[in-house]
Amino acid sequence: MGYAFLGPNLLLMTVFLFAPIVWAMQLSLQETIGFGDPEWVGLDNYVRLLTDPVFWQSFGNTIIYTILTVPLQMAGGLGLAVLLNSVLPARGVFRTMIVLPMVISGVASAMIAVIIFYQSNGIINKVLVEIGLDPVEWQSAGAPAMASVVITAIWLRLGFNMIIYLAGLQGVSPELYEAARLDGASRWQQFRAITVPLVGPSTFFLLIMNIIASFQVFDLIFVMTGGGPGYSTSVLGTYAYRNAFQIREQGYGAAIGVVLLVVTLLLTYIQWRTSRTRDLVG
Amino acid sequence: MTATAAPQLHSSNTRTSTRRPATRSSSRIHGSPWGLAARITIAVVVSAIVMFPLYWMLVVAFSPRGEVFEPGIRLWPSEFTFENFAKVFGQFPVADWFVNSVSIGLVATALTVVLNLLAGYAFARLRFPGRTALFMLALATMMVPVQVIMVAQFRLVADLDLVGTYWSVILPAAAAAFGIFLARQFFIAIPDELIEAARIDGAGPVRVFLQIVLPLSKPLIAVLILLTLMGSWNDFAWPLIALKDPDLFTLPIGLLYLKGQTTPDYNAIMALALISVLPMVVLFLAFQRYFVQGFARTGIR
Repeated sequence: MGYAFLGPNLLLMTVFLFAPIVWAMQLSLQETIGFGDPEWVGLDNYVRLLTDPVFWQSFGNTIIYTILTVPLQMAGGLGLAVLLNSVLPARGVFRTMIVLPMVISGVASAMIAVIIFYQSNGIINKVLVEIGLDPVEWQSAGAPAMASVVITAIWLRLGFNMIIYLAGLQGVSPELYEAARLDGASRWQQFRAITVPLVGPSTFFLLIMNIIASFQVFDLIFVMTGGGPGYSTSVLGTYAYRNAFQIREQGYGAAIGVVLLVVTLLLTYIQWRTSRTRDLVG
Repeated sequence: MTATAAPQLHSSNTRTSTRRPATRSSSRIHGSPWGLAARITIAVVVSAIVMFPLYWMLVVAFSPRGEVFEPGIRLWPSEFTFENFAKVFGQFPVADWFVNSVSIGLVATALTVVLNLLAGYAFARLRFPGRTALFMLALATMMVPVQVIMVAQFRLVADLDLVGTYWSVILPAAAAAFGIFLARQFFIAIPDELIEAARIDGAGPVRVFLQIVLPLSKPLIAVLILLTLMGSWNDFAWPLIALKDPDLFTLPIGLLYLKGQTTPDYNAIMALALISVLPMVVLFLAFQRYFVQGFARTGIR
């Protein structure tokens, strides 16, 4: 009976998930240019990865993007969770506003960001000039382009981090703060000694989920910068797409995809080993 | 993917449960009026910054063409105009794109939710050989990004003769696993006595599922519907690969298409962006509780 309930979903997963993963591994061992017959080339694609400077640049950019976005999202999320867990008028309205970007598509967010960060007379550069600073080359220089993507990503994901931390704060008993206060602990000491350790599980969960998400970033960068200028914002997700569907070297694109798969599975495994999920299995 | 910290789907929600500590002792902890003023100020400033991009989308969508890129800081339109909407509807098949997004979203959601409920129930409540192994396999693939499978899936869709149909987007979307986990967790928490009682009365698994379990699962079904619909509505990478014919585009692909014009009209792009985000914003405001539970429980976004 179990198979009858599971069957339809299992069939779809086999055809559209498991089979393509295996097939992708096979393609990564082949050379396929355009739609010609694939040719077995063994590990050539992977050897090529090792010596491809753009692959390494994309890998490095992915890590830079991760290092810049993840801690800021989490710190911001925790700060907002603490703030919006305290007594505050219209607290629900503030929460709604912080969470709202979560339902905005990556493409629409990226389009808005393109306009806001527009290099010639976008609103941010106009304000910078107005207060006497130089306009920033958001489109034509690498570091500012990366900064614009990072800022947009933090905007999109702040709400998610806040939600998880708000849930984590529910488990912290108010008595603890009262006791600490009676012992003369300052607000900051209370935060360091009570809040931070007690939301530890949320922090770990967020760390892993944020790293997975940032290693897979695609929509935002593809629409905002297309990986440019040059390859200065190219990441694994956009570089895999570029090879597979723009340059049409599908075997090579598949090999980059397999690298992403390995990273993802590794992180998923860590998450799984260390969360309660494993208790739920079986 | 589950969080140790995430709230139980069926018990409290963040909105109501967080009122508890606030009313009791936080007022004493954060007692000083200066502290309150500072916190209100921070909350207002952060909210204003977070809201600004959405506000700016509205401004650009309703401004005369090119006005936002003229010199001088102007934070609202000189005149409120609908020309950008007229233009985007006049020059591009926006109505088709909207219908495509709605059709794909509704069919994908209906299919996915039914399949996830069935599979989640099997993993939670039915015994069969290989259950644990299959569940682990599904769990492992939950976070796999489209970049891993896109090349193979593109060929697969061609081989199955699905190119140029809605199904090329709907079927891969329905294979996603996150809903299974949500459903499984919910079903595990249903008290055994309810199911045992029905079974003693002679009800088979199908009847138990339809008559006992499903009526108890309305919050789960609401979360599944909303999250699946949002995922489909906002999906980008795979539809970009699968849908090549402009008449078949969904709204996100249409947005990119507008940007790809030789002289992109950013006012028109913002008008279309507004059209594309409005349905999700309305759904979110109406069903915020379910969205928040779903995000917290699955860790997807």
